[in-house]
Amino acid sequence: MSDKVIFATYTDEEVLKDGAKKLVSKGIKINEVFSPFPIHGIDPIIGIKNTRLGIMAFLYGLTGLTLATVGMRYMMIVDWPMNIGGKPNFSYLDNILAFIPITFEFTVLCAAHGMAITYLLKNKTLPGMPAQNPYPSTTDDRFVIEIRVSENANYTSEDIQNLVKETGIEGFEEKEC
Amino acid sequence: MHKEAAIREPLILGHKTYHDITEDVCRPIEDKAPKMWYILFGIALIIGVYGVGCIVYLLGTGVGVWGLNKTIGWAWDITNFVWWVGIGHAGTLISAVLLLFRQKWRMAINRSAEAMTIFAVFMAGLFPLIHMGRLWVGYWTLPLPNQFGSLWVNFNSPLLWDVFAISTYLSVSLIFWYIGLIPDFATIRDRAKKPISKKMYSILSFGWSGRAKHWNRFELVSLVLAGLATPLVFSVHSIVSFDFATSIVPGWHTTIFPPYFVAGAVFSGFAMVQTLMLIMRKAMGLEAYIHTKHVEYMNIVIMVTGSIVGTAYITELFISWYSGVEYESYAFINRATGPYWWAYWSMMTCNVISPQLMWFRKLRRSLLFTFFISIIVNIGMWFERYVIIVTSLHRDYLPSAWSMHYPSHIDIGIYVGTIGLFFVFFLLFARFFPVLALNEVKTILKSSGESYKNSPETEHAH
Repeated sequence: MSDKVIFATYTDEEVLKDGAKKLVSKGIKINEVFSPFPIHGIDPIIGIKNTRLGIMAFLYGLTGLTLATVGMRYMMIVDWPMNIGGKPNFSYLDNILAFIPITFEFTVLCAAHGMAITYLLKNKTLPGMPAQNPYPSTTDDRFVIEIRVSENANYTSEDIQNLVKETGIEGFEEKEC
Repeated sequence: MHKEAAIREPLILGHKTYHDITEDVCRPIEDKAPKMWYILFGIALIIGVYGVGCIVYLLGTGVGVWGLNKTIGWAWDITNFVWWVGIGHAGTLISAVLLLFRQKWRMAINRSAEAMTIFAVFMAGLFPLIHMGRLWVGYWTLPLPNQFGSLWVNFNSPLLWDVFAISTYLSVSLIFWYIGLIPDFATIRDRAKKPISKKMYSILSFGWSGRAKHWNRFELVSLVLAGLATPLVFSVHSIVSFDFATSIVPGWHTTIFPPYFVAGAVFSGFAMVQTLMLIMRKAMGLEAYIHTKHVEYMNIVIMVTGSIVGTAYITELFISWYSGVEYESYAFINRATGPYWWAYWSMMTCNVISPQLMWFRKLRRSLLFTFFISIIVNIGMWFERYVIIVTSLHRDYLPSAWSMHYPSHIDIGIYVGTIGLFFVFFLLFARFFPVLALNEVKTILKSSGESYKNSPETEHAH
């Protein structure tokens, strides 16, 4: 089924925010906002939930911690207990001080890389992907609201257009997709 | 919106709009490179290639081509390693620690400081690798199952901790830097006219969209990476210092090393940032974004960390006497009055006295003076590592083994070569990458831009 998409362009993020508030209060669903930098406070207005990537980072970190502990215990205590200067090496706990630096480093390594990879996959931004923004100017100084007509069953395309035009827009475009 | 006190100096000078910021940062990338860039690149490349030649000669002949001897087994190689790692500390400190402290002035310098960090850590990593003499068995430092029986790397050794610390630091800094770069590459991609550069930046920008959800994730990822990178910065140089702190050689047996090395690293890193930034802002016309206030902030960091370093030197000296260990006392008396007195006193002058001049407001706001001091500090920090490493080793417990270290031309060639290579990388970065974090600078335009701050209209509006 073909769908109509309305793109409204703004030159200022504060105007866009006020406009988005007005549109949302009229019951219009804003599908997407494109901007050259993060607009603070836009997420609750257009109904975007906070990301849970932080929890993922914690889980990746725990994985790293576990791997480092298990790995070092196996190598240093189980497989080949080394006697270095007569220091105790018959249990992991006796020798734990020497293992802390690498445990920490490996935890950070796994948390950072795991989170970064998840972030790129979730965003669907990978090397060589085609640009996803509607206009090139949205990475420069333009802010764009995207509204899908199919998501706003109560309004016709013309109604939405009229409402959008009252919010201080700079440009306006309707596309089929 | 973030509000800022009216009496604070604006961080962005002049009447800039969002588009102006894009223009100012992208112009040097899109225009033809100035002649000066080619000249500097040529010089750096020649020096770098000479350094690579020295490394190849060293690998082909053996570590004996360095001026090392039985007593002094570590000299310029490890000095250079610690020096470069130290320089590599400012970037992540600026972007991570200052992000956690919400210091907005970081935004003008964090991108290039991080680039500097990454290139400096490349140079640092080179030294332990070639120091092995047999580069091709470098992978033996990793805990890999092998055919030598149950032979694992020694996890009790600070040298192995170093392997993990440096490689984690390098890779985490790299992703932190790159994730910030993606939206800015998208800006260049969307402006690019030539098909080749369009294609290139399109690949580099990963198809970045600028969607609200993506920005939401972007901000969280930056924050969490900053949170992870902050303890990482401190841990890396602490671990580098363990190479010396956990030894029993007099002079290398000092528990003060971890904090002292970290302060020293921040000190030298910021000095290198100053050196590079002062040239870059002029060459690329970024005076509106990196100006006297930024330089002053960095000078204050240099002053504080320089004072910490100075205190550490004096504490170390005092403890060597107070401990009552005569070997320890001798190591320190020998540093100041022995055959390497000139290295010790160069270090003292450059690192203890010179940063104290920054108490004078006039001096710390003078760009020329800052440039001069930044070079002095980097010379001083090189001498610090040289003093710690060479003077502690050259007179050991056995007087018949006492010796001196004279660098060979290969020692010097490799060191100077890494400086050349570093500048090759940095110049390439300045030519093809956005040197300012575009998306971050735009967020402070309204709160800290001169035209918005000083116009009566906006004051009434709030």
